[in-house]
Amino acid sequence: MTAIDPVVRRTVSRIGVYVGVCVATVFFALPLLWLVLTPFSKHPSYKATLDGVSLDNFDRLLHNPQLWRSLRNSIYLAGGTAVVVIVTAALASYALSRVRIPGRDQLLYALLLLSSIVTGTAAMVPIFLMLYQLNLLDKQFAVVLVLSGGLLPAAVFMLKDFVDSIPRSYEESARVFGASPSQILRHIVLPLIRPGMATVGVWSLVQVWGNFLIPFILLSDDKKQPAAVVMYTFYDTGGQPNFALISTFALVYSVPVVVLYLIVNKRYGFSFQGGIKG
Amino acid sequence: MASVELRALAKQYPNGVRAVDGVDLTIADGEFFALLGPSGCGKTTLLRTLAGLEVATEGAILIGDEDVTAQPPGDRDVAMVFQDYALFPHMTVLQNIAYPLRIKGVGRNERSARAAETAQGLSLGPLLERRPAQLSGGQQQRAALARAIAVHPRVFLFDEPLSNLDARLRLEARTFLKKLQQSLGVTTVFVTHDQAEALAMADRMAVMDSGRIRQVGTPREVFQRPANTFVANFIGATPMNLLDAVAADGTLEFDGFTLPMPPAFAEQVRDGDKVVYGLRPEYFAMSSTPEDGAVKGEVATVENLGVSVLVTVEAGSQSLGAVVPEADEPALGATVWLRPAPNRVLLYRADDGELVSS
Repeated sequence: MTAIDPVVRRTVSRIGVYVGVCVATVFFALPLLWLVLTPFSKHPSYKATLDGVSLDNFDRLLHNPQLWRSLRNSIYLAGGTAVVVIVTAALASYALSRVRIPGRDQLLYALLLLSSIVTGTAAMVPIFLMLYQLNLLDKQFAVVLVLSGGLLPAAVFMLKDFVDSIPRSYEESARVFGASPSQILRHIVLPLIRPGMATVGVWSLVQVWGNFLIPFILLSDDKKQPAAVVMYTFYDTGGQPNFALISTFALVYSVPVVVLYLIVNKRYGFSFQGGIKG
Repeated sequence: MASVELRALAKQYPNGVRAVDGVDLTIADGEFFALLGPSGCGKTTLLRTLAGLEVATEGAILIGDEDVTAQPPGDRDVAMVFQDYALFPHMTVLQNIAYPLRIKGVGRNERSARAAETAQGLSLGPLLERRPAQLSGGQQQRAALARAIAVHPRVFLFDEPLSNLDARLRLEARTFLKKLQQSLGVTTVFVTHDQAEALAMADRMAVMDSGRIRQVGTPREVFQRPANTFVANFIGATPMNLLDAVAADGTLEFDGFTLPMPPAFAEQVRDGDKVVYGLRPEYFAMSSTPEDGAVKGEVATVENLGVSVLVTVEAGSQSLGAVVPEADEPALGATVWLRPAPNRVLLYRADDGELVSS
């Protein structure tokens, strides 16, 4: 067998890589393509084609009260969780960053590790039982608390890193001028960690927006369910998925998150560099 | 405006390290006082303890005859300027300068007016609406100073105020700070590791080493008569010659040569005493012809210092440094005679490094 010229071999492998990447890209892009095209199609189906352009789907969607209510529920759950997580994580990360207690770092890593291993799904039964005993089943604010609890370890971990990067000389300077700890927190620390808080907030919001299992199990009243759960029920009487409804609603459902991401990205940039020089 | 007194002050950390080890110090009202020392000598810890950022483990701090040892920083009426200035990046320069007044509860209009006035005094008028990141290093320093001045404290504390400036700016800032302190008349304590800076700016200074004060005095005293070999070595642009010698019969015997006993110490030193001979390189006169009371040696290196030249001369087993005018620059390997100026010689005891008392 003759030796293959290394240049030829390199070119062929390059072509192979590009072809592979293209196939993978198409594989992932296809559903997104479906999501963007189908709502505008006159005859929506499982194929990603544009079969006659119309806005009828959106028209029908606008007149469906159940769907708007579910979007409101999503906003309440996601927004509520984001607020709870931001406030608690900001206070916790500031304290953990500045106070030196023995075992602090180990505690943080243990928290992070445990929260990754024991996911919401794994803990679902104990959580359900706990809420049942507390008489908090079918209450939206209880879902907010459960979701916050699940997101907090990671949020605290993220924010603490951010707070660590802020030099202590700002706080010490304020201390010498006579500022109380609460004044230092409000005037100096919180404004400086705003980008971090925004990132944690958006991250929490996105996590909750798409969360199906926890609201599905903890809320029994259909009227309280968020959009992610409601979409699960879009089947017509024959048991066939209602493509029109699913695709249109999915598109509308994903828009707020994308818009929010763009706004926050413009304002804060999602960077975790403290990088602030006095 | 107040005097500062430290009595047997000590700061010990939980791991046993005594960063400040029994310091007694009195700083007069209105004095520009320097804490000088190498890294890790405890000068910054001492300053922070004065400010209240660190709690003293022993001793007392008095500001204006009032014992403030137990008081939190805000009650001590001091203002501190940090090495990195710590200007709050999310506030404008005006808001930064007005911040201490805001903490004290001054109303918005009044504190803005007072801040603007202080800023004008430091030529910061046109920069008031900028953020700290938009200022140059020198402007940032003036803004930090304005913030400290605006609140009219009793004592200023500066932590390495010039370290963050580039070399050229540093010299200008030295003069600027000195003039400012003189016009304000506020007691100022500043920390530095740069001995030239301390000598140039301070009214009096303390040289520190390992948590203790090794000498307190005016720059002239510390420069001309260092109390021990540590201070002698630390002060001075060129390192002082510190040579081991033994007193013998009216002369000093070194390893390889002898020099006459300096008259100022003749009474205090007995034959057989081991001493350390201290003389600044600037006080050696160099000549190419033999001289009485001089050391003969060979030129090993020549370093250009600008207007003068630092010549290292090997004599016996010792290396001696001499600073001579550039016109007298010798050739490498040349034989020269170094004659010490007799009234500039200092003798230290070999065992503890302290000046032989005279």
